[in-house]
Amino acid sequence: MNIASLLSTKGVDVITVTPDAPIREAVRLLDTHNIGALVVMGGAERPAGIVSERDIVRALARDESVLDRPVSTVMTKEVIVGAPQDDLVTVSNTMTEHRIRHLPVMDRGRLVGIVSIGDVLKAQRDHYRGEVDTLQLQILGPTA
Amino acid sequence: MSRPGTAEQPLRVAIVGAGPAGYYAAEALLKQDDVVVEVDMFDRLPTPYGLVRAGVAPDHQKIKNVTAAFDKVAAHPRFRFFGGVELGRHLAVEDLRAHYHQILYSTGAQTDRRMGIPGEDLQGSHPATEFVAWYNGHPDYRDCRFDLSQERVAVVGVGNVAVDVVRILCRTPEELEKTDIAEHALEALRRSRVREVYLLGRRGPAQAAFTNPEIKELGELADADVIVRPEEVELDEVSRAALEKSGDRATMKKVEILQSFARRPPAGRRRKLYLRFLVSPVELTGDDRGRVAGIRLVRNTLYATESGAIQAKPTNEFEELPVGLVFRSVGYRGVALPGVPFNESWGVILNERGRVLDPATRTPVVGEYAAGWIKRGPTGVIGTNKPDAAETVACMLEDVRKGAILSPAHPDRAAAERLVRERQPRYVSYEDWLKLDELETARGRRLGRPRVKFCCVEEMLEALGRPRE
Repeated sequence: MNIASLLSTKGVDVITVTPDAPIREAVRLLDTHNIGALVVMGGAERPAGIVSERDIVRALARDESVLDRPVSTVMTKEVIVGAPQDDLVTVSNTMTEHRIRHLPVMDRGRLVGIVSIGDVLKAQRDHYRGEVDTLQLQILGPTA
Repeated sequence: MSRPGTAEQPLRVAIVGAGPAGYYAAEALLKQDDVVVEVDMFDRLPTPYGLVRAGVAPDHQKIKNVTAAFDKVAAHPRFRFFGGVELGRHLAVEDLRAHYHQILYSTGAQTDRRMGIPGEDLQGSHPATEFVAWYNGHPDYRDCRFDLSQERVAVVGVGNVAVDVVRILCRTPEELEKTDIAEHALEALRRSRVREVYLLGRRGPAQAAFTNPEIKELGELADADVIVRPEEVELDEVSRAALEKSGDRATMKKVEILQSFARRPPAGRRRKLYLRFLVSPVELTGDDRGRVAGIRLVRNTLYATESGAIQAKPTNEFEELPVGLVFRSVGYRGVALPGVPFNESWGVILNERGRVLDPATRTPVVGEYAAGWIKRGPTGVIGTNKPDAAETVACMLEDVRKGAILSPAHPDRAAAERLVRERQPRYVSYEDWLKLDELETARGRRLGRPRVKFCCVEEMLEALGRPRE
């Protein structure tokens, strides 16, 4: 299984925000699209950062007036990027190891999606369930 | 009007495509108790089971046992099968909308990806899937011709299709005779002059997609020696580091099996199966008659991307392999259905967890769904379609509760059957299929084979006593 199969059933394009947009805008986008993180895109092909609900909550806890400040002040700048052909086992290892919850996906210099650790684990779980099911059927035959 | 889903007014569902995803969806719909569902399953072929019949290799009969589970679903009183009925030919999406509350597409990934290299269209270069469909007796491919008088064949790719193809090419007629391989393929393979088969992998042994049982099986072929270059299955630094970190024992075992092949001296068997790694085709070269004469390969090295994935990059080292036949198996793609939104980036129906989306608004198209490879792309084993279909069915039932379903003009069994009869009088029912199944297995019994397939639609209809068209 690879990232492409996971993005295939997500339907929506990746939601992005610019680094100079106010955090208020990021909050609105997170709410409207019911998601946990936004990819921050500046002028370059590569994401300038990623901003998660956790980043915003942390900033709010320190200073309630943070909503008018630009996204760039709270975003995580060190972004690890994946590719559609990356296999899910590798990606889940990398995400666990680096404690990343969201991975933007780029294909030939273009941002094509974002996957969360939840997406990755669900896909892996379904993959293993499918394998177990197929093996059981081969060994035991169809059961009632 | 009351909400459909009751015994008096069942929810009417059309499933397009009778492969594993279609059956698993039907099963999930029929075994829940909240909504009473009637399922009509359509397939463009008279025969059901999709790739279980036309894809799974004939020497892997055990995998085909899954059809017993599918037959159980089909035996449900609220399930019907209409074989030989094609969407876009006999029926349009509009017809389905007029007869069903919900439509589920499970049509699979029907085309192969191209390699994108010069010479790809020379005579003697084929998609591996065509060869697979041919030896499995798919009616659309029975007239394909593959030049098996060639002595050397290359198969590009190391997924399970590529492995199936090399295994079938290396099997002896005696081995093949015990399977349900199509008669025309058995005849052609009996006369095969193939001596050397090359399986070409872009990356290293640790990244190969084939499974350990599949690779072991290659080492147990009756009359073919497996030949592996020790230097190509030596673990490189990048792969070793990744393996140590992940602790993936199945992959470690895979590398060990391949290394044990590399140490094995050839036993003088008639055919040689070369498993090659870290090479990519860059060009197919032709002779003066436009036929494949060779494949030019570049050596690759491996590197880890920032996400930890291991990818290949070409070096400046090239080699030429003289081969007269090439099969490519570098991935598959779904085909757009007439009138159904398609996602070109991934080669699937545009969908969110199985709900078909309107490309303009990215909101669900009422009453339309997808499951299986046409939903998520060509990955996983047969059973992977079960959780996949379950996810789609959960969305379907949620939409029924919300009342977000179609309002067909003719939501009844009889009207749907009348429509099919009118458009395709020669459709095949499940009872018809079970008859064909019995005839096929009876033909096989006489020869000590699991079955002898009907490989032509006319032949099937004739066996069912239908008049000629």
